[in-house]
Amino acid sequence: MRDALRELLREQCPPNAVRTVFEAEGPATIPGLWAKLVELGVIGALAPEAVGGVGLDLIDLMVLIEESGRAAVPEPLIDTAAVAVPLLAALSEDPRAARALARVLAGDARVAVALRAGARVVPAELLILERASEIHLVDSAQARLTSARSVDRTRHLQRVDFEASAETSVARGLRAQQLLAAAWDRAALSTAAQLIGLGARMLALTTAHVQTREQFGRPIGSFQAVKHQLVNAHVAVEFAQPLVYRAAHSIAREDPGATLHVSMAKAMASEAALLAARTALQLHGAIGYSYEYDLQLFMKRTWALAAAYGDALSHRTRIAEATLAAPGEEHA
Amino acid sequence: MDLTFSAEEEAFRREARIWLEAHVPKMPLVSGDTREGFAEHLLWERALFDAGWSVVAWPRVYGGREASLMQWLIFEEEYWRAGAPQRVTQNGIFLLAPSIFSFGTQEQKDRLLPPIASAECLWAQGWSEPGAGSDLAALRSYAERVSGGFRLYGQKTWTTRGAFCDKIFGPFRSEPSGPAHAGLTYFLVPLHAEGISVRGCGRLDGDEGFADVFLDGVFVPDRDVLGGVGNGWKVAMSTTSSERALSLRSPGRFMATAERLRALCRKSPRGRDPVLRDRVVRACLDAEAYRFHTFQLATRLQEGHALGPEASMSKLFWSEMDVAMHETALALLGDDAELDTQAWMKQFQFSLAGPIYAGTNEIQRNVVAERVLGLPRK
Repeated sequence: MRDALRELLREQCPPNAVRTVFEAEGPATIPGLWAKLVELGVIGALAPEAVGGVGLDLIDLMVLIEESGRAAVPEPLIDTAAVAVPLLAALSEDPRAARALARVLAGDARVAVALRAGARVVPAELLILERASEIHLVDSAQARLTSARSVDRTRHLQRVDFEASAETSVARGLRAQQLLAAAWDRAALSTAAQLIGLGARMLALTTAHVQTREQFGRPIGSFQAVKHQLVNAHVAVEFAQPLVYRAAHSIAREDPGATLHVSMAKAMASEAALLAARTALQLHGAIGYSYEYDLQLFMKRTWALAAAYGDALSHRTRIAEATLAAPGEEHA
Repeated sequence: MDLTFSAEEEAFRREARIWLEAHVPKMPLVSGDTREGFAEHLLWERALFDAGWSVVAWPRVYGGREASLMQWLIFEEEYWRAGAPQRVTQNGIFLLAPSIFSFGTQEQKDRLLPPIASAECLWAQGWSEPGAGSDLAALRSYAERVSGGFRLYGQKTWTTRGAFCDKIFGPFRSEPSGPAHAGLTYFLVPLHAEGISVRGCGRLDGDEGFADVFLDGVFVPDRDVLGGVGNGWKVAMSTTSSERALSLRSPGRFMATAERLRALCRKSPRGRDPVLRDRVVRACLDAEAYRFHTFQLATRLQEGHALGPEASMSKLFWSEMDVAMHETALALLGDDAELDTQAWMKQFQFSLAGPIYAGTNEIQRNVVAERVLGLPRK
């Protein structure tokens, strides 16, 4: 399925298609891409077959999400496939959730999520919003949305305001808290998976560039300073990747350490992708700095996602709290 | 990667943990890189062998228990977790033996492997020379053909624990002319014979862990050529691959260091500092990443893929991670770091060797760039 997705994205989501979304005045999508993602089973990956999903596990989905990072897919794949679908499936005894899930699986609605107060959403027909530790399901037409610009202009972010009520609330109390925590973990982990894909893509572009670009009578990739920087970034991405799959495995097995494992994955992936972006730009030289060159699409997505659902430092702080004594605690 | 440990693997882990708990010496042994400590470590090696734990992944006929690669990784995790002594047999077991398995004749396997497993024959690695470190192909020690074998001449240096070992393995020039990589032969050489002498020398960390080996006509019979005359470079590179990745530095060692680092952080006054805590987390994260990357490698190896220049990535990663963990420990110790009342300073000095041995990290980066990423050599 990964190969099929790669092929689909190569045809339908090449850099100039992403650029078209990037340069659009307002929210835009790549025509026909979402329908193909639904058809391929990416959107419904985590929904049970009984309700029309594909019944894959989180590990499988992370492979697909990583692939989407390689192509910088400008669609709310994480929000919809990784966060919303399992959440709606868990709530599907509620007819509103069941209806929403059916719409999503049929490809009739994208979902955007705001799991904490103040979180921004991307454009979508349906919104899953947290308010006072309750989960609300809202049609975006019923919310008040204020645009916020991102450096990554494929992310048409919006601040959300809506009227919370019993009609919009689909979960409350302990159940809502548990579902929100799990949703947050899936969001952070999926973002980490995309960052791995982005990092790999930027480094692939860079490797190709330094093999062909000649200066001083030879390919610049023959210089050690170039080789060594590229290798450092390559190793960083290579060694961050297994932690993503390890965390997916932990979530799938309901391992009590799963949340911590997600933090490990996000911390490493954020740093690795940022290093890849920095290295890619440096080794492309002035060419990489130009707006016309495709590298900027991947770099800007990386800069946006590196801090989404917690940047590396915040995740490492979470790990420190869990694994080292709290600051100020009495030492034995 | 396959992350679910089978019931068999869990049982294996429990068995290893129980045995180690019962048998690991309660007081740490004197460093195995000293004469006195080396002897103590040999007793430990004997105990391991007698209980079937010295070479777990080897065939039973050679002293192993035919454990899978995954089980070996599990054993290594338990071994280092238990604080068990360093393996002074590591050169023989983890560097030479894989090359014997790959290139040895049946006669050589039957003759050489059991004494490696039982620690009755200790091996040193004869690699570097004063003029050939990173540039191993520049080696000048040579072998002259004589009746029934060869006589070896030259000098090997920076030979770990060479002064305490029985034999030495390594490449020598058997063809005087021709390209540097060709014309090398991998020999298995006695250290206590006529025509060879060993002089121990000190290392940065104070142990007599190095040696110079002077070869002046020592005789090596034909049956102690490994992999065929003229094939030395290929055999040497297989040993080198073992040195860089899985075989020599399993994650268990670094997981144990990470655990000690966390413990140090928890009990140090400076462990309250958020910047230092972040450094601790970074270093421990790398140990975690190395562990799971190795599982990924192991899964691929078990599926039949060979491990080639990717071993260089592992080497880069673990060696620099190890230095970072130790630097962070010293930072936590503050002005107590210089005192010999704790082991971190000595271990820090040893960690500094990591980016140098098994091929310097500068060379490793060249290897990854050229052979993994396909960048041009020139």
